[in-house]
Amino acid sequence: MLALSTSVSGLSVMMVAVFVACAVEMVEALTIIVAVGHTTGWRHALRGAAVALLALAVIVGAFGPALIHIPLNILRLVVGGVLLVFGLQWLRKAILRSTGYKAKHDEDEIFRETVAEIEAVTDQGQRERVAFVMAFKGVFLEGLEVVITVLTLGTSARHLSLAIATAVGALVLVTLIGLVVARQLSSVPENAMKMTVGIMLVAYGTFWSGEGLKVSWPGNDAMLLGLVALYAVVVWAMVAIIKSIAPVKVSA
Amino acid sequence: MELLWKIIRGFGMFWWDFLVGDTPELFVTTVLTLGVTALISEVAHIHTGLAVVLLPALVVVSLIMTVVRAVGRR
Repeated sequence: MLALSTSVSGLSVMMVAVFVACAVEMVEALTIIVAVGHTTGWRHALRGAAVALLALAVIVGAFGPALIHIPLNILRLVVGGVLLVFGLQWLRKAILRSTGYKAKHDEDEIFRETVAEIEAVTDQGQRERVAFVMAFKGVFLEGLEVVITVLTLGTSARHLSLAIATAVGALVLVTLIGLVVARQLSSVPENAMKMTVGIMLVAYGTFWSGEGLKVSWPGNDAMLLGLVALYAVVVWAMVAIIKSIAPVKVSA
Repeated sequence: MELLWKIIRGFGMFWWDFLVGDTPELFVTTVLTLGVTALISEVAHIHTGLAVVLLPALVVVSLIMTVVRAVGRR
């Protein structure tokens, strides 16, 4: 019973991390697709996005089964290390954005820049090619981070299929929402979502690298929830301290 | 052969940007964190209870260091 509840808590953290990571990256990719679609028509935007998704699926198909054959302790140590670096990078950016030390990701600005870049091309054929490439790059580059999250979390937890299904679920959901709200993607609380993913990636990174180094965590998988809580408190405290002792001076 | 070299180079560059990029301190502190934990839990055979506390503590220190460095630069 205890084993069942602990493995469920571990899987829940993995699914939430994959879902939110996929959703937040999809918001960025969707902004570019919508901008391309509005400027040159949806055919090129959707074709670029579809080819990028196909390329990402090939990467998952090629690397996923290969990773499963690596001995579990080595896999968890390496994957844990990668997740730690990746998660700490996300947390660093999210803390700096929350405290005003870094500009927040502005979807409206990305939309304007994408439209301006396409409209600068006067030749129709050339413009269609640029539109395709921009849609492809937008989805591929944003999707690559999701692929790494899915592959690392999925293979370490030995639940790659579940991680892929969760990512596809997030992809479908964000696409549907995107179709409805279209230009209101800027209202998505992106920084809070990135902070959540960062906390989960760092928690998973700590847990897996510890497992790879034969650290016996108290409560086994349930320790993941403890690590999530610990890092959430640390991040909250850091944001509060920076805001109080070193606030960013806003010029009038 | 040239194409193969290009692919290998691109693959290496991707991982360099991904793991090191503009925050090399995070890569270094993570390697140190895992190295110290490995020393304690595997090589020195010290009770792993210490590693349970030390590993998350070193991760927190890494985060504080990189954020303080970024705030100090501005």
